[in-house]
Amino acid sequence: MDERTLAVAIHQATPVPIDVTFTCRPGEVLGLYGPSGSGKTTILRTIAGLHMPAHGRVSVGDDVWLDAGTGLVRATHRRRVGFVFQDYALFPHLTAIEHVRIALDPLPARDRDGRVAHLLAAVQLADKGRRRPAELSGGERQRVAIARALARDPAVLLLDEPFSAVDRVVRRRVQDLLATIQQSLDVPVVLVTHDVDDIVRFASHLLVLDRGRALACGPVREVTTRADLAWAGEGAGAGAVIDARVTDVDHARGLATLAFEGGLFVAPAATLSAGCRVRVRVPARDVILATDVPAGLSLHNVLPATVTAVTPDAARRQASVQLAVGGERLLAEITGDAVDRLSVQPGRRLYALIKSVSLQVRPLT
Amino acid sequence: MDWQALSVSIRLGVGTLVVLLPVGLAAGHVLATRRFRGRAIAEALVAVPLLLPPTVLGYYLLTSFGARSPFGAAFEHLVGHTLAFSFPGLLVASVIANIPFVVQPIQRGFEAIPPGVREAAACCGLTPWRRFLRIDLPLAWPAVVTAAILAFAHTLGEFGVVLMVGGNIPGETRTMSIAIYDRMQAFDDRAAGLMAAVLLTVAVAALATTTALSRRIGRRHG
Repeated sequence: MDERTLAVAIHQATPVPIDVTFTCRPGEVLGLYGPSGSGKTTILRTIAGLHMPAHGRVSVGDDVWLDAGTGLVRATHRRRVGFVFQDYALFPHLTAIEHVRIALDPLPARDRDGRVAHLLAAVQLADKGRRRPAELSGGERQRVAIARALARDPAVLLLDEPFSAVDRVVRRRVQDLLATIQQSLDVPVVLVTHDVDDIVRFASHLLVLDRGRALACGPVREVTTRADLAWAGEGAGAGAVIDARVTDVDHARGLATLAFEGGLFVAPAATLSAGCRVRVRVPARDVILATDVPAGLSLHNVLPATVTAVTPDAARRQASVQLAVGGERLLAEITGDAVDRLSVQPGRRLYALIKSVSLQVRPLT
Repeated sequence: MDWQALSVSIRLGVGTLVVLLPVGLAAGHVLATRRFRGRAIAEALVAVPLLLPPTVLGYYLLTSFGARSPFGAAFEHLVGHTLAFSFPGLLVASVIANIPFVVQPIQRGFEAIPPGVREAAACCGLTPWRRFLRIDLPLAWPAVVTAAILAFAHTLGEFGVVLMVGGNIPGETRTMSIAIYDRMQAFDDRAAGLMAAVLLTVAVAALATTTALSRRIGRRHG
């Protein structure tokens, strides 16, 4: 285990029940995903020292921040955390420059100015440094909050629904920005979200929470393809998340070919360019199963697959089917009737059919 | 016009602020930011001088200043004269009478700062003391100025407590309010009117200053 790995264990019954244990290595982005009230934010606040659980332990490598067993509690200002709050929690009386500088105070003044300029440039706010929060737009405030969180060179970066308060266009821009910053940062990042898009775009690992308990924890592609989890049920629905690479873009036909471990996807070219790495989300509802390769269809993606698990819902009206496609997994959501007609059971060989426009493709920076 | 009385009043007002502002900042901050047992009782105690009739407050203070009370005896032993009917005694009385006028606005000022802002400051590595100086104090500044002006104006106007505790000794405990009463008793309407006008001017100026100041700072903070 890396000496800078974040290790967290929290057990409490009140105010919200939480019972989780997890680790997050440098360079990993762990998404804490779950409905509101599942304890996501409390976990983040415990790492920062803003919440004190009845039982728990928080450490970064050998550095112990909290050990409720021995009564060791390190005060928040002595934990090297960067925290981006959901509502940003900016200082109304300070300019963007001062926001960054106040977190840099231990540094000698000489080094400080250079670092302030560097951080504001990194969040594209170099020309707005003298403005106070009231004079900045929502997206700009968010970037000030990010720059402030990065200022003290955090050992752990904590993001609490960082994209929830801005519109979709700004959201995408800040996601890209944060992804770029994260790659050069090399510290554990913990991201709280209830939005699948944040996970697909940003997280490498995923912890699914329900009423304070971890339903699943692991790499995003493993967790999102588990058939026994209705984890995304209330939001965008279940769906596998797969990493792929653009091998070819056919501008004449407007299509791109994406290679993944299990074969090839054909997706709309949009803004993709050959060689770029992408994440593909395959919504389980949009995967059709067939016993033979059908003829005369408009869709592009016909993938040979083997059923690895079938999980019917309580009423047996619907079932989640996990499929192995080469080295990758897919999820398909089909009716109970279809399970019977196609005799879908583990080991059964089928074809997964997916419309190219159903694939949600996100370029990775 | 009793210049000596004006001087006593101003010295009393300034002295009250010098003693009470640091105490008010500390107490207001604790009451606004900490949850502890007995907090409700502490808040009630702070408000007591607001509701107690000044003569009742004066009565209790006078009793505790006397040579028969431990506090009074200790003071007399140390300083050589009694607290009652002296400027120091008046100052102690004024400080106690003004506690709610200082602590409550400051507490409200600190309470108006979202807790998240303070938490963000802690996450930036600021120690509790630096959080207070760099975040809490600048953000609650209008409330602190309001508290100071309120307490100062209230000290100039206090009558009941001063009369009970200080009496009416020229140059020592005779404040403006007492002097106005004194002049009226002596049918010296002109002097009383003049001094009343001075106090009225001070009160209006104080209110105008607090209003302008809070508006200016409000604009700066948007």
